Amino acid sequence: MIRFLFSRFVQGIVVILVVITITFSLSQMVPGGAIRNERNVSEETKKAQEEYYGLNKPWIVRLGLTIKHYATFDLPDSYHYKGRGVDEIIASGFPVSAAVGVAGLTIALLIGVPLGAIAALRPNTLEDRGSTLAATLGICTPSMVLGPLIAMLFGLKLRWFNVAGWFDSSDWVLPALTLGIIYSAYIARLTRGSMRETLAQEFIRTARAKGASESSVVFLHAMKLASLPVLNFLGPAAAGLLTGSFIVETIFQLPGLGQFFIAAATNGDHQLTIAISTFYAALIVGFNLLVDILQALLNPRIRLQS
Amino acid sequence: MSNANHPSPSPMRAAWRRLMRHRLNAWALWFLVALAILCGVGPEFSPYDQAEQNLELKATDPSNEHWLGTDPLGRDMLTRILHGGRVSLEVGLLATGVAALIGVIYGMMSGLAGGRIDSALMRVVDILYAFPFINFVILLMVIVGREFWLIFVAIGAVEWLTMARVVRGQVLALKNLEFVTAARASGAGFWHIVWKHLLPNVTGPVIVYASLTVPGVMLLEAALSFLGLGIQPPDASWGVLIREGANSMETYPWMLLYPGIFFSATLLALNLLGDGLRDAFDPKSMSQQ
Repeated sequence: MIRFLFSRFVQGIVVILVVITITFSLSQMVPGGAIRNERNVSEETKKAQEEYYGLNKPWIVRLGLTIKHYATFDLPDSYHYKGRGVDEIIASGFPVSAAVGVAGLTIALLIGVPLGAIAALRPNTLEDRGSTLAATLGICTPSMVLGPLIAMLFGLKLRWFNVAGWFDSSDWVLPALTLGIIYSAYIARLTRGSMRETLAQEFIRTARAKGASESSVVFLHAMKLASLPVLNFLGPAAAGLLTGSFIVETIFQLPGLGQFFIAAATNGDHQLTIAISTFYAALIVGFNLLVDILQALLNPRIRLQS
Repeated sequence: MSNANHPSPSPMRAAWRRLMRHRLNAWALWFLVALAILCGVGPEFSPYDQAEQNLELKATDPSNEHWLGTDPLGRDMLTRILHGGRVSLEVGLLATGVAALIGVIYGMMSGLAGGRIDSALMRVVDILYAFPFINFVILLMVIVGREFWLIFVAIGAVEWLTMARVVRGQVLALKNLEFVTAARASGAGFWHIVWKHLLPNVTGPVIVYASLTVPGVMLLEAALSFLGLGIQPPDASWGVLIREGANSMETYPWMLLYPGIFFSATLLALNLLGDGLRDAFDPKSMSQQ
């Protein structure tokens, strides 16, 4: 276990280093920098600014400096939002993305798992067909179509919620609903498949034979194993949800991390681009590790190996 | 591999038969073929150019001249949707092709090499899985000015990981089977074994996985175009049309609905076909039905 955690930790560091390097190299190709958008800048100011942000050094030195910033947790300033550290900007965008993401994930699990389980328990019945059809339709509805439709229905027609922005305490509902419906379709499909496979296994027959009640067979014995593929899917999906689904934040105009990233990438705000990519990579690494540990806890046949 | 006077059908033909036995799969396939033809030649036969504006016809309802009406700039909706479909399908197929090519080569190399090289190559894939690829793709789009070819190369370059894993697993399982050993014993060279014995046997899984990749790739293209980073107007893809529709949905909801319906129906058909292909190529999942 300790060895496993250590090797995963090292692997995570490698991922983050490579992500910093790649994002750094890519962002060097975007015309940008601290003073791109300002006119009538005197030579001295320009020099001073370049000096301040370290832009007058060769790129390899700057890459080294960037990595040093992250290694020492002393994060640089954004080029675009003057005087604000990139960590401040992430701290302002992440809660928005995370609120929508956590709510979306909860909705997805609350709809998806029961839908898939019912379909698996009653194969080839109306319930099975109906929930499978609903899941398939959900998978085939892209979020950029569903989102505007939800905004139109609940925002413009019924006027229950704001269509866009992040002002009221209920503004998370519509984006979370959009994400939740889309992801619930995937979860229902995975749950149905793995539940059916699990229910056909020997240990389920044993559990039934020893007299366990049907609900304990399903919820205690089968659910444990059947949740593994769902967990596997949720690792990367959760990281994506938390850091902001770019589409949903665009539709509902939320000031989340996704919006900051797109703005930073197009503005040439290299520091912020690198910071958000790195933050995202760290989250993915973290969630994957969490999923691995949970899987080992749920399935006695999985051992954690380094 | 199959022999003319051999009684059993070739694996490909058997899989085709299993696929077409289900009516839903056949419908999905014919729908996609019809759509591809329609999007391929439809814009040529249309009396309108997809980017041609006619400001006297602002957002008209469907009529005899414009079967799906016009958009706020007076462009014919049907022509634009078919043209957009062509672009979306092209990106979907080409990007999947790029992903399949990289994945097959990488997976083959890894499976054939075995041992340390194999575990090193697969460790690289593990690490790549943890990459925030959508961020890289967005950056790439910003850098190279949103060129068409770059979109599918960029998407293909990030979608090959699972393909590589699938192929590597197949090669590992195949390379020690008797028929490969027999071929090697009878003096077949390395490339002969790769071409004649291994590649034909990984084709099935590659087709299955590729068919499941196409809808994902089309969604990614649509997402990029929706964010304004993919295909650029006045050129159209379904992502561009959905973006335009979402911006004016309050007044002209059909501008969102028409391309949305086309896109969803295509995704549905692709998903059905992908599932059908998986069942057709994998007898194990057949037996569960």
